[in-house]
Amino acid sequence: MLGKNRMFWRRNIEGYLFISPWIIGFVVFTAGALLGSFSISLTKWNIVGTPEIVGLANYQKMVEDRFFWQSIKVTLYYLLNVPLNVVLGLLLALLLNQKVKGLSVFRTIFFLPSVASGVAVSLLWMWIFNPRFGIINVLLKKIGIIGPLWLGSEAWAIPALIIMSIWGVGGGMLIYLGALQGIPTAFYEAATLDGAGAWKKLLHITVPMITPVLLLNLVMGVIVSFQVFTQAYVMTDGGPNYATLFYVMYLYQQAFVWFNMGYASALSWVLFLIILVFTVIILKTSSSWVYYESD
Amino acid sequence: MRVTDQIAADSVPGRQKRDLSSVRYFQSRRFQNRVATILIFLVLIAGTIFVMLPFFWMISTSLKRPGTEFAFPIEWIPNPPYWPNYPDAWTLLPFSTWFLNTVNITSVSIIGHVVSCAIVGFGFARIRFVGRDVLFVLVLATLMLPYPSIVAPLFLLFKNLGWIDTFLPLIVPTFFASNAFYIFLLRQFFRTIPMDLDDAARVDGCNTFGVFWHIALPLTRPAMGVIAVFSFMLHWNDFLGPLIFLSTTENFTLALGLRFFQGQYQVQWSLLMATSLVILLPTIVVFFVAQKYYIQGIVVTGIKG
Repeated sequence: MLGKNRMFWRRNIEGYLFISPWIIGFVVFTAGALLGSFSISLTKWNIVGTPEIVGLANYQKMVEDRFFWQSIKVTLYYLLNVPLNVVLGLLLALLLNQKVKGLSVFRTIFFLPSVASGVAVSLLWMWIFNPRFGIINVLLKKIGIIGPLWLGSEAWAIPALIIMSIWGVGGGMLIYLGALQGIPTAFYEAATLDGAGAWKKLLHITVPMITPVLLLNLVMGVIVSFQVFTQAYVMTDGGPNYATLFYVMYLYQQAFVWFNMGYASALSWVLFLIILVFTVIILKTSSSWVYYESD
Repeated sequence: MRVTDQIAADSVPGRQKRDLSSVRYFQSRRFQNRVATILIFLVLIAGTIFVMLPFFWMISTSLKRPGTEFAFPIEWIPNPPYWPNYPDAWTLLPFSTWFLNTVNITSVSIIGHVVSCAIVGFGFARIRFVGRDVLFVLVLATLMLPYPSIVAPLFLLFKNLGWIDTFLPLIVPTFFASNAFYIFLLRQFFRTIPMDLDDAARVDGCNTFGVFWHIALPLTRPAMGVIAVFSFMLHWNDFLGPLIFLSTTENFTLALGLRFFQGQYQVQWSLLMATSLVILLPTIVVFFVAQKYYIQGIVVTGIKG
C-alpha cells in the first residue's frame, strides 16, 4: 500500500516536472499577459506616464469608434477567403486523389506557396498587382480587359488580398489529401457492390469521412484570418481610405504608433473574445455535420 | 470517383466487345474515363500555372536592369539577364548583418522549441498524472489565442526586463514550449510508441527521464525533424515579433530589413525582387530537402486532427 502511494506521488511529480516548461510559459507569457492586458485595458496610459484608471471607458469608446467598426468590417469581408480556400483546397485534393500521374510533383508545386510567406511574398504580390506593370493587368490587357487598380482601389483591395490568400491553397490541400488517403478502400468497394455511382460515393463516403479535417481547417482559417497583419502593413498600410484597415493593423497602430496602451489592450481583449465566440459557434454547429468514426 | 475501379470494370471481358462500334465507344466508360483524366490534367496544369507564375514573375523581374521594369512590351525573359541586381541589392543595405541576426534567432528558437516541446509532449503522452487531461485541453485552447492580443502586454513585460531591442523576447518564450501546435504534434507521435517498451526499460532500471532519453527520443527523431522544419519556417518569416521588439537597424532580421529596404527603394522592383528571392530561398531549399518530414507533419495533423 505504501509502495503504491509512493508510485502515485512519483508519477505526479514527474508528470508536472515534464510539463513544467509549458506551465511556466503559460503562466507568464499567456495567462499573465492576458490578465495584464485586461488590467491595462481599464486604464488610460501612453507608456511613459502613470496609468490613469478609467474603468470600462475604453470599451465604451470602441462602440463609437468608427475605425474600430471599419476594422471589423474589413476583417469580416476578408473572412470570405476561408470558405473559398476550404472548397478549392478540397477540390484540388480530390483531383489529386484520382491516382493521377505525377501526383507527388503536383503536390509539391501546389504546396510550395505555403512555405513562402511574410514580407517577401507581400512585396511580390504588390508588384504582381501593380496596376500598369504588374503581371495580372498586363495579361488582362492582352485579352482586352482593363484591370482594376487592385491595391489602390477601395473596392478591389480586399479581393486582391483574397486572391493572394488563394495562392496558398496548397496548405489545406495537403491536409485533405492526407485525410482522403486514410479512408479505407473497403468502403468504396462495398459501395460499388451496392451499385453506388461516383457522385454518391463522394457525397456519402468521402465527404463525411473528411468532415473532421474540414472542421479543423475551417477553425484554423478563421483564427488566422482574424490575425492578418503583415500583408496590410507592407502592401497597403491600411489604405486606400481604410479599405484594408484589418483589426490587427488597427490594434498595432493604437499600441505602437500612438501608444494608447489602454485602448489597444481593450482591442486585444475584444479580439480574443471575437475569436472565442467564432470558434465556439463553429464547434457547436459542427456536431450536426461532422462525422466521427469511432464515436 | 475512383478511376482505378472503373478501369478494372472496363477490363472485364465481354464489355470490350461493345466498344467495337464507334458510336458506342463515345458512350463507353473507357472513353469517359479518358475524358475525365484529360480534364483533371487540364485543371491541374491551370493550377500549376497560377501557382508558378508569381515565382516566374519574381525571377524575371529580379534579372532586369533597374529602371527597365517599367518598359513595354514586357520582357518576360530578360535578355541578357542582369545579374548585378543580386550583389547590388545585398550590399546597398546591411543585409549580411540581418542575415546573421536571422540565422541566430532562428537557430536558437528551433532548439528551444524542439527541446521544450519534446519534454512537454512526452509528459502529456506518457505519464499519467492528476489533471493531465484538463491541462492538455488548456494547451489546445491556447491555439485559439491570437498572438496579437497578447503582444502589447508582452511588450510592456519585456520593456520592464530591459529586453527591448535584443533577441531575447523572440527567443526566450520558445524555451517554454510557446507553441501549442508543436506540443500537440509531438504528443501524437509519442503516443504511437508501444507502452511495453517503457515497461521493459523500467524493468531494466530506467527512470522516467531515462525512458524519455533512451527510448522515446530515438524513436521519434523524424518527429523532431518535423518540428524543427515548422519552427524554422515560422521564425525565418516572422514579421510582427521583430517589428515590435527590435528597433535599431543593426538588430533587424531579414524580414524587417526587407521592409526597411522597401521604404528606401520603393519603385526599384528589380532590386526588391532580387532581395525577396534571396530571402525566400532558404525556406524553399529547406522545404525541398525536408519535404518528407514537412508533409508527414501536416498529414498527421489531418489524420489525427
